[in-house]
Amino acid sequence: MKTLLQNKPNSYCETGNYHTFCPISCVSWLYQKIEDSFFLVIGTKTCGYFLQNALSVMIFSEPRYAMAQLEEGDISAQYNEYSELLKLCLKIKKDRHPKVIFWIGTCTTEIIKMDLESTAKKIEAEIEVPIVVANANGLDYSFTQGEDTVLASLIKKAPLRKKNYLNPTTPQLFLFGSLPNFLSTQLSLELSTQGIKVAGWLPSSKFTQLPSIAPGDFVCGVHPYLSRAASTLIRQRKCKLIIAPFPIGPDGTRAWIEKICITLGYSISGLKEREKQIWNKLVEYTNKLEGKTVFFTGDNLLEVSLARVLTSCKMKVCEIGIPYLDKRYQAGELELLEQICQEQGIRMPKIVEKPDNYNQLDRIREFQPDLVITGMALANPLEARGINTKWNVEFTFAQIHGFGNSENLLKLITRPLSRTEHLVHT
Amino acid sequence: MKLAYWMYTGPAHIGTLRIASSFKNVHAIMHAPLGDDYFNVMRSMLERQKNITKVTTSVIDRQVLTQGSGNKIIQNIIRKDKEDSPKLILLTPTCTSSILQEDLDNFIKKSSLETNADVLLADVNHYRVTEYQAADITLKQIIQFYLKKYISTTRFQTKEPSVNIIGAFSLAFHNQHDILELIKLLTELNIKINLILPKGASVEELEKIPRAWVNIVPYRETGLLAAEWLKNLFNMPYISTTPLGHENLANWIKELEYCLNSKGNYNFNFNNFIEYNTKFNSQSFWFSRSIDCQNLIGKSAVVFGDSTHVAAITKILKKELGINILWAGTYCKSDQKWFHNTLRKYTKNIFISENYSVVERLIKKASPDAIFGTQMERHVGKKLGIPCGVISAPVHIQNYPIGYRPFFGYEGANQLIDMIYNTFSLGMETILLEVFGGHERQVPDKVSFIAQEKYAWTKEAEEIFAQIPIIFQKKIKQQIEKYAASIKASLITPEILYEAKASVTKG
Ligand code: SF4
Repeated sequence: MKTLLQNKPNSYCETGNYHTFCPISCVSWLYQKIEDSFFLVIGTKTCGYFLQNALSVMIFSEPRYAMAQLEEGDISAQYNEYSELLKLCLKIKKDRHPKVIFWIGTCTTEIIKMDLESTAKKIEAEIEVPIVVANANGLDYSFTQGEDTVLASLIKKAPLRKKNYLNPTTPQLFLFGSLPNFLSTQLSLELSTQGIKVAGWLPSSKFTQLPSIAPGDFVCGVHPYLSRAASTLIRQRKCKLIIAPFPIGPDGTRAWIEKICITLGYSISGLKEREKQIWNKLVEYTNKLEGKTVFFTGDNLLEVSLARVLTSCKMKVCEIGIPYLDKRYQAGELELLEQICQEQGIRMPKIVEKPDNYNQLDRIREFQPDLVITGMALANPLEARGINTKWNVEFTFAQIHGFGNSENLLKLITRPLSRTEHLVHT
Repeated sequence: MKLAYWMYTGPAHIGTLRIASSFKNVHAIMHAPLGDDYFNVMRSMLERQKNITKVTTSVIDRQVLTQGSGNKIIQNIIRKDKEDSPKLILLTPTCTSSILQEDLDNFIKKSSLETNADVLLADVNHYRVTEYQAADITLKQIIQFYLKKYISTTRFQTKEPSVNIIGAFSLAFHNQHDILELIKLLTELNIKINLILPKGASVEELEKIPRAWVNIVPYRETGLLAAEWLKNLFNMPYISTTPLGHENLANWIKELEYCLNSKGNYNFNFNNFIEYNTKFNSQSFWFSRSIDCQNLIGKSAVVFGDSTHVAAITKILKKELGINILWAGTYCKSDQKWFHNTLRKYTKNIFISENYSVVERLIKKASPDAIFGTQMERHVGKKLGIPCGVISAPVHIQNYPIGYRPFFGYEGANQLIDMIYNTFSLGMETILLEVFGGHERQVPDKVSFIAQEKYAWTKEAEEIFAQIPIIFQKKIKQQIEKYAASIKASLITPEILYEAKASVTKG
């Protein structure tokens, strides 16, 4: 990888005392994405309580998810985990007929060292439904990284396409990252206007239609939080990873497509114009944002991408808090941010990994930013102190990818500012 | 292992945090992995709290797994002491910390040498107690700690009769309004309030507890342990009746009268107060005697929720409104004996379960005119087309109203009657309007009706049936077949259908 970031982001680590969602929350969007799946979270009441409150009304529509709630006997190994899990999985198979069952390991399964992998192998054979095991616990990961661990495990289940060396076909392009079908189609279409065909997505909307990947195929991520999935594709599937910025915002989408075109040897046509067109349509929003300051407390790993879009809108970024920064996987994104900063003659914002919310509150008090992008635990208290906030979980659930959703994205970001304006003027 | 989609009560640490965060100057430090601080989200969202919830985490991560949490916890406690200078730091174990089996007590002893704050370890077992029980235990633990600490200070009973209210805490159902209503009642009775616990109280004030004449514990789930302990140690009587509904309210006031009279040279008599308020101040007493409420007689209902609310509301439904209680149930297992004893008089069927699918099944089977339950029963009701009034936690944000909505006291009785009446009339209205020739008649393109083996339906009967909105079909079909069975008919004709309708709407 070429050396980048001469104007290095001044990134450093704090204490890791920050609010974030537990990574098992990925169940809420992944069960919807993978239509023939069932997610079984093997954990305690704590995990269940979190999910039922975080999923809120979704819970009442019989979601394809459940807790395998561990009891004292499970912890002290009085019960046999194989027969317990077999019982539950048989019931799930009978009631819901899934084509795949995901087992989500939690803190507890990790600490008591349940060997989910090998139990899964046995039970899989018994019930004749594939089981994908992913550890998405709060000991190791935060929030969106849950999807990363699930995808990394899922990739191992994707069928292998044998490459025919006598008649080598051109390598194909696969995209990874869970997006609603409607959105993934939109991104595929953007690429097809450049003549690029997307051979498949990981995850696919059905487990039974997982794409078959061959060594040498190209892969590219659509979310900034998929480092493990990326490295699994490189190491285990021998794929070539296209390191690009992420298709969030007009600038990111343009750079993402561009990078794919360049890597695959396609010529680029009309992209700059397309980006400009989109920006022109967004003046109403960018006018509102220009010159204002924004602070990210950090909790979902989308922070660098969002900060980059906002820098393009000429906002000043006080601080980018982020749970974890994979400088290699996010290299394209960091480079783009740096480039935009250079163009505007400003310094790279400070990136704070594993932030400390308490210290951040001090800095927020000092900066008095116009907007703080933060979690629900801090949002109302900050609003009560006269600071505009945007609840960051919304960026995970709203549609923000591609040219087509740029307006959506800026609408979300400007909403607190508009609301305040409205309250002041009426 | 058990399969679970939904729980009525949260894990133990939630109960502990609800108590800790209710006090003014207590900071709770959870010993938990990153992501378990969801409590802060709930508090700041559901209660729309303006202040940052005083709960932080001493994070359990890989490093802790290999090196132990000792130093980290101690550092975190000391740090919080400096930053926020709380009076008490409560270390709160979670499910994860409980399996690590570290000597948390020891960490606490070490850190308390360096803090100004007192440091305590919440004494709850994740795998043995529920959220409610944990709250109960934690409250008692904190009160005990401070009373023992200040045991030497002279204790005296206040000159004027006064009470403690034990039962104001965060994230409880309509709690803020209930407590206000209690304060109003006590003020009208000229009784002083010594302390309200734990919400808003600071831990130093706890030494004042024994000054009150009587303790009032309006919710059974939280506060009884502390009240019982105070009774044994300081000879303080307590009232555990819930002042919800006219009869309970009258009993509650009489008990208060009795307790106060027994503690001093007073001779209170609140009879006039009760009579005046019941007959003239409260609307609901008259309302239940007005002709409108005649229509409620004989209607059927099921009731489910925490033991406090289910017990009180079942009583009102049965005694004040003449509703037929098909069953009443609670998820508060630890209180089942009391629950059985209290409700035996009002219904034949009482059950205790923490499993929402059992509750759902029983609702289906009973097929009541209305449900009174939690958020979960509300959704079951929606599915089955049965109206539901929400009377108990767990609830969502819409049940944290901004307007004044107590359940306690005379105003609470008014509110409750409105809610009950509206729930039933909603059901009656929809059934009367929509079932047999109301507005918005939709003819589905395919008849969704599937005949069961037991009864044959004529084509005409099927066609009429198909006009019923689909969400009601199941329930109405049951009723029609019940009727058919009662007259021993095996073929369902339009006539039988209409007769069945007549028999349903009559009562
Ligand atoms: S942090 Fe661990 S214990 Fe807590 S909800 Fe997540 S997986 Fe469960």
